[in-house]
Formats: sequence, structure tokens, C-alpha cells
Amino acid sequence: MRLFLPDEAATLALGRRLFEFLKPGSLVFLRGTLGAGKTTLVRGLLRAAGHQGAVKSPTFTLVEEYALPGLTLYHFDLYRLTSPDELEWFGFRDYLRSDSLCLIEWPERGGDTLPAPDFSIELELDLPGRAATIETAPGGDPELLSEIGSAAPPGIS
Amino acid sequence: MQSNTSFRVLGIETSCDETGLAVFDSRYGLLAHALHSQVQLHADYGGVVPELASRDHIRKLLPLLREVLSAAGLGRSDLDGVAYTAGPGLVGALLAGAAAGRALAWALDVPALAVHHMEGHLLAPLLEADRPEFPFLCLLVSGGHTQLIDVAGIGRYGILGESLDDAAGEAFDKVAKMLGLGYPGGPAVAALAERGMPGRFRFPRPMTDRPGLDFSFSGLKTHVLQVLAAHPDNADVRADVAAEFQAAVVETLLVKCRRALRETGLQRLVVSGGVSANRAMRSALRVLSEEEGVRVYFPRLEFCTDNGAMIAYAGCQRLLAGQAEPLRIAAYPRWPLDTLAPL
Repeated sequence: MRLFLPDEAATLALGRRLFEFLKPGSLVFLRGTLGAGKTTLVRGLLRAAGHQGAVKSPTFTLVEEYALPGLTLYHFDLYRLTSPDELEWFGFRDYLRSDSLCLIEWPERGGDTLPAPDFSIELELDLPGRAATIETAPGGDPELLSEIGSAAPPGIS
Repeated sequence: MQSNTSFRVLGIETSCDETGLAVFDSRYGLLAHALHSQVQLHADYGGVVPELASRDHIRKLLPLLREVLSAAGLGRSDLDGVAYTAGPGLVGALLAGAAAGRALAWALDVPALAVHHMEGHLLAPLLEADRPEFPFLCLLVSGGHTQLIDVAGIGRYGILGESLDDAAGEAFDKVAKMLGLGYPGGPAVAALAERGMPGRFRFPRPMTDRPGLDFSFSGLKTHVLQVLAAHPDNADVRADVAAEFQAAVVETLLVKCRRALRETGLQRLVVSGGVSANRAMRSALRVLSEEEGVRVYFPRLEFCTDNGAMIAYAGCQRLLAGQAEPLRIAAYPRWPLDTLAPL
């Protein structure tokens, strides 16, 4: 499913919507070039989760952690990985738990080491806006996608 | 903070891509420092590669230890304490320095201390002969951090504002990538900006139109992308984009510094972190300090970026005050600065 996001507010709104469809244990991939809005979408999602503080780019630290009520959210940026083996090296599996939510930017750097995601979102430049393509896991519920689409707030088409 | 008897502390910095070692003497000041930069190692990848960084720290630590002790004219047994950066930073890189530092202290039977990397940066100007007195305002701008801090004394830090998304140095790196420039991006963008004309394109000065001292540099990426997409790709366009991007970052930092000085009434401004090497920013802040009637301090360039001297200095002050680590090795990838114990 493809959505047009005319501005930053629309990217934030999509992030907020998406949070309603996630549950503990969910894994989300975020693809897109530099400046496509991946971290902005995560900020929207974290706002819906009740986090009001800063949402820093994890490019420098690899992972930023957010303790939410009953849930820990991990926001990864694998941009700097040179080989998927490095995921094992920093204990990646310890982050994928039934009580955690993992959002991963640049999942392609993780290769086959990463399990299949529940959602995969690709953000593309459609300047001045962005376009988002959302996919669920193979065998996932196709109705979920139309629900996210129909639940999309004004400004997203 | 100098005393009549010498207390010599080895400082070890390995939080990111520089391996820095130094010996600070409480009586005679900095005795020696040595640095190995990994910039060349990471240049091919356009940024720091954590695994490569850790391995390289391990390889360089002992040769640098020999080098720094020899330059100081000391043997290992002359050390009275060992201080190492324990966070924040890349966990593997931190552990390399923490393990070496803690083990060395144990072997020498001297106290060890885990130092907060940002405290090192905040106190770096105190390594200079012309050093600021407390209290001062510190603008810390690097690849991982952009913060305005009220420094009342050692361990008495109030974070007045910080970046809500990308750090200023990170924005430079990412824009460099968009402009097809190499790593590290800061110097490359600054060099290109010299040839460009700021103002041909107009980028916003994020969050300057509202109260508060926080920063946000992430949105500038969209403006850069938009201009690049709307214009033919040529050297003039790229130079003008670099010039306007740099002008936007510098002016934003300037506006927030001015606001922080007026709100706090502080009379001294210290600028530290890798981005403080940026010439456009230095000259803008000099003008600001004259306009506001405050003094501005820039640590020497080699102490603006990561180094062992600042860790040796911070460690020496805390060890002299009796603080020390138990016999364990720990690193803290995230470590809030305002949780440190005051001295």
C-alpha cells in the first residue's frame, strides 16, 4: 500500500497511526535514503506511545532506547554496519524480546541475520513531500494494511 | 586545582574513533599526550564503523601507552591513578579503553576512575594556561552531541538545551554525503562553503523563532534535498548549498548562545567539541562575545576533538577528591551528564 505524505506533519501522523497496529514483540523495518523521514516517522510513533522527550537520531549510537509503560522500544540505525556479523557482535538478539518493540533503519545492512519484520515501510522522496510504501509480513493480514490506510488522518492520501 | 605534591594520572579515551592517552600531573599540569585517529580507517565507509573502531583501539592502546610514558619521562610505576572514558559512546570502543584502564590500575595497585566523556570536554579548557573560571556557559558541538550547559563547577552541570534529533556535526556529515563529499563531512562542507554564496538559497534557522534553548538540525536535510532536486547538479549549486547550510547551522548556534548568555547572565562562554574547529562558527562567536561583553574560550584544536588529556584532567580532579571505581569493568553507552556527583 502506498501513501503520499505531503509534509512532516503527515509523516508524524503516519507514525502515530502505525503505533496502534504494533504490539510487544513487533519488528518494523524502515527503509529510505538520507533525509527521507525515517526518524521523523519514529518520532510520531513515540509521541503516540506517550514519549514527549527528544527522539535523537541513532546514527551515532546505533541504538536508542525508550522505556515506555510496559514496553521497551529500541530504535536502531544499522547504517554504519559493514557486515551483518556485527549484529551478533553487539548482542542484537538480546533486543528482540516479547516485551520489546524494535524499529530498524537501514535493515538491508543486517542481511539475512534479521528475522522477517511485521511491517516494512519504505519512504521515498516525492518533494516537497514523501511517499510511503507499507508492507506486512508474508502471510500477514492484508486487512491490516487497508485499516492503516483508512485510518490515515487528513493530509495523507 | 594544582597541589604541591605530584599526583599523576593516566587518561584513556576510546569512546569513538580516536584513541587518546595522556598523563596529567596535579602539580605540573599536562606532561604528555598522544593520539591515534582512525579517520582514515573509516573514510571508505563514510562514517565510524563500530567493530573496526573497537579492534583498532585494542591494537593502538599499548603502543600509545609506551609512547606517552616515554614522552613524559615516566615509568608505569610512577602513575598514581588511571582514568578512562566509560561513556557515553560506542559500547565496544568504550570497553576496550575501560578494560585496559581498569586492568592497568589493578596491576599497578592504584585507584581507577570511570570518566564521563562529556565532562572531559567540558573541562578541556581548564588544560590551557588562559583558563576560564567557574561558572561558565559551554556550547558543546560534535558529531554525537549538541548541548548548551551551565557549568557551575566540576560535576555541577545544568543542561540548558540540546539537540532533539541530529547533532550539528552529524548534520554536517549527512549533508556532506548528499553533496557527494568525503568523510569526515564537517571540514569538507566547510571548505566547499568557502567557495559558495550563502543566501542564494534560503534555509530556515530551526527553532530560533520560539523560546527555549533546544536545537533541531534534522529538518535541514529536507531543504538541502529540495534545492538539489530543483537545480542542475553543478559545482556552483553545491557550493551555494554548502554555504547556506553552514550559515544556517552557525546562525542557529549563535542565536541560542546569545539567548543562553542573556538568560543565565554568565560572563564566560566555552566552545568545545569537533564542530568548534569550524572557522565560520569561531568568527561568528567572537563577534557575539564582543557584542555581549563576555569572554569566549576555545580549547586548542587538538583538545576540541576527542583526546586523552581531558580525561586525565577530569580523572585527576575526581581521584584527588577521593573518588574511585571498585574492581570491576563497566561501560555506559548512554550516561546522562547531569547524574554525575559534584565535587
